[in-house]
Amino acid sequence: MNVSFILILLLFGAIATYFAGDKLAKTVALVFSLASAVFSVYILNLHQAGINPSFISQWITNPNVFIALQVDGLSLAMLLLTTFLTTIIIFSSFGNQYNNSKTFYALVLFMSFAMIGTFLSADAFLYYIFWELALIPIYFIALVWGNGDVEERKRAIIKFFIFTLAGSLFMLVAFIYLFQKAGSLMLSDLYAVRLTSQEQFWIFLAFFLAYAIKIPIFPFHTWQANTYQKAPAVGTMLLSGIMLKMGLYSVIRWQLPIAPIAAKTYMNIFIALSVVGVVYGSIVALKQRNLKKLLAYSSLAHVGLIAAGAYSLSVDGLRGAVLQMIAHGFVVVGLFFAAEVIERRFQTQEIAEMGGIRIQDSKFASLFMIVMLASVALPSTFNFVGEFTLLYSLYNVNIWFAIIAGTTIILGAVYMLNMFKNVMLGDKDSRVFAVVTTQEIIVFVVIIAVLLFFGMYPKPISDLVTPPLQEIVGRINRL
Amino acid sequence: MNTLIAISGLGVLCLLVEMFNARKAIVPITILGLLAILGYNISVYNTLGTFYNNMMLVDRFSVAFSSLFIVITTVLITMSHEFYKDRPTKISDFVAIKVFMLAGGVAMVSFGNLAMFFLGIEVLSISLYILAASNRLSLKSNEAGMKYFLMGSFASGIILFGIALIYGATGSFDLTTIYQVTHTASYPQWYIIGTIMVVIGMLFKIAAVPFHFWAPDVYEGAPALTTATMSTLAKVIAVATLYKLAIILVPGQTYAFQMIIVVVAMASMLLGNIMALRQNNVKRMLAFSGISHAGFMVMTLLISNNSANILLYYATSYAVAGLAIFAVIFYVMKDKENETIDNFNGFGKTHPLLAAVVTTSLLSMAGIPILSGFFAKFFLLSQVIQTGWIVLVIVAIISSIISVGYYFKIILAMYTKDSEQELTSIPLVYKIVAILLLVANIAIGLMPNLVLNLIS
Repeated sequence: MNVSFILILLLFGAIATYFAGDKLAKTVALVFSLASAVFSVYILNLHQAGINPSFISQWITNPNVFIALQVDGLSLAMLLLTTFLTTIIIFSSFGNQYNNSKTFYALVLFMSFAMIGTFLSADAFLYYIFWELALIPIYFIALVWGNGDVEERKRAIIKFFIFTLAGSLFMLVAFIYLFQKAGSLMLSDLYAVRLTSQEQFWIFLAFFLAYAIKIPIFPFHTWQANTYQKAPAVGTMLLSGIMLKMGLYSVIRWQLPIAPIAAKTYMNIFIALSVVGVVYGSIVALKQRNLKKLLAYSSLAHVGLIAAGAYSLSVDGLRGAVLQMIAHGFVVVGLFFAAEVIERRFQTQEIAEMGGIRIQDSKFASLFMIVMLASVALPSTFNFVGEFTLLYSLYNVNIWFAIIAGTTIILGAVYMLNMFKNVMLGDKDSRVFAVVTTQEIIVFVVIIAVLLFFGMYPKPISDLVTPPLQEIVGRINRL
Repeated sequence: MNTLIAISGLGVLCLLVEMFNARKAIVPITILGLLAILGYNISVYNTLGTFYNNMMLVDRFSVAFSSLFIVITTVLITMSHEFYKDRPTKISDFVAIKVFMLAGGVAMVSFGNLAMFFLGIEVLSISLYILAASNRLSLKSNEAGMKYFLMGSFASGIILFGIALIYGATGSFDLTTIYQVTHTASYPQWYIIGTIMVVIGMLFKIAAVPFHFWAPDVYEGAPALTTATMSTLAKVIAVATLYKLAIILVPGQTYAFQMIIVVVAMASMLLGNIMALRQNNVKRMLAFSGISHAGFMVMTLLISNNSANILLYYATSYAVAGLAIFAVIFYVMKDKENETIDNFNGFGKTHPLLAAVVTTSLLSMAGIPILSGFFAKFFLLSQVIQTGWIVLVIVAIISSIISVGYYFKIILAMYTKDSEQELTSIPLVYKIVAILLLVANIAIGLMPNLVLNLIS
């Protein structure tokens, strides 16, 4: 059985969820996402056993386009991240009631389908289709099921859509140009194209627009905070947990190896932009009064560090980026879930209206505390491994990058602990905080277990992703 | 050749059926007739040739495009029974005119002689003038018909003048003779003037900037079914004809000619999309969107490799998406004084399935992947970039981004606003047509080879 089965499974799951009706929808969606997670573990086993589960078949003959799904350590890591996080996200939403939930869960599964397609594609045409396809479900999830005033939400989300689409259309131009050069859009053919440094510069820039908006890198981040705030919890988790990893993954898989000369020449500029994003995100986060917005800006800071590591063009940097992508995926889902747990009870996102939770529910306070500490990269959590490797790789490029980016850890601790104090501590006022349910505890425990386990023993993931990353770095340095 | 005769015969038959008082049978008979003609037309795909002293030239190009026109007409006529329900006495006229229009269209893609071409364009245009003004009691419809007639006949005059100059320069109306003269011997300057006049006339018919002024007003005033006919069938016919003319009449790919096409394409795409952003009337908006698509389709004239195939693919995808949207518009805008976007409010909640059809068709027009519109743009732009006009590609991309803005106005209205109208059920025929067109859209998106290699 090859990897294309997982896409068929999820697409079928989306359709089945839609026809299951509103009552059964979430159960059906959970079953299918769990099945996809199990299947991705099976693919991992195949990969470890030395069997290649890739899938290639010709799609369109005249412009030479293939349906090519490639499995290597890197795409496998992203596959596992997506399937497991989708399962957790769907399970975490069991406490919510959505109107028309059959459509909602069908869209969630469909989005998972598109994102997995993006991570697996080895043909640029197919990759681009999945990349754009992932945008449609999240647009509707955020628009129809989002919170806040309708007019404001519409404005925030259409901005997000047009920004992302605009960026990716420039990527499309780059692909069309490459297609003329290579005669095919297969990844291996694109790697083999010889481009002058000027051509590489323009192609690198077109890719950068698409990815910088998706990730987002400063100054293309303006859509982020509002969209995260307006989207429903599930949408925010999908966006921050998985979808922005599409951008980071694409930097490593497509941008750097296709335009290596440009990547090397302008490396410092792109690292600098990413580092500016780190500092900017942290400082803005200090000032936030809205919990989801605060988490959005903290996410901007962490992701900027990942991007900086990826642009450092070293095996360490790329490995750190991949590790931190996975760690950040889990931790950010945990944080947004905590915000959602509070919102379910207090019906607010304003930090000023919270407080006094720890006195009423110490269990939730401890769980939130652990996730929060993981996000500020406390040693022995997975995030520490990722951020440490990233800072080390920046140090190798230029010590100042490491120092400036390192402030994120200090500032992160400041705004996170401050937030924790305002949200959780304090006297019990009139608001009643109902004790967390078992279902909510399970979500937290799973996330914390992943973060702690890989924090102490990151070797399996590291071993999985290092060979393909070495190959990519080798390709960059050879030219 | 027999296709054209059969279509004209079918039109006459429609009028005769009226005489025998069998009004209910008109639409079914016409549909069956058109399907039979379509079958015949496909069967002559491999037997090509010229007829009547080169008056008609049947080649892969004409067969493929004629089939597309027949399919579009069939869809339009299928919906006309429901559309003209409150005016049953006129149905034979409306159907017959559409069939005659199709005959004009077929003549326009299979002419071998400029006289035949002019005959075709006049049959097409006169049918459209009548259809635009066909809502006799509505002031707007009368205005639309009059406006279209005045401007359209002016354009026809320019075309005729151009043909006369071409005749003066080459001494023939026959395409093969003209081709030989322009490619072997030297020819007088006024040949070029004549060619430009013919091209200008055709640019008017496809509503490309700067000859687009009639389109929004006429689209808005005409009855919805006529607007649908103009924006899908007539536009596709005109673009195909312009392509055929330009390939034969313009000697070589001169830089000057390329420059004209680039400017027209850029202006159409940008102006069409920017103006569409400001519209609140759905038909006007689709008129401007049609202008921008005309700009896209004109780009096929720049490319040498595979261009006819790409034009066919683009035209098919555009027509399929446009017809699906109009099938829903017929229902939404029925008996409405103002045809604004507000009429779509809450449509996503009251009619989820049809809202999904409209959404996907709009996304297809905007060029979002998996739908055929994306593939059409991809194939087109990937060939254009080969000609070296990267600026044109970037303008096309920017205008695509702009277009998302107004296509999403309708989508937002459907999903975020609440409906004030009572719930009525949508006529079955619109529903079936809309869903079939959506399936067709996805099918040619997933399997582009179905359409893409018909003309080689």
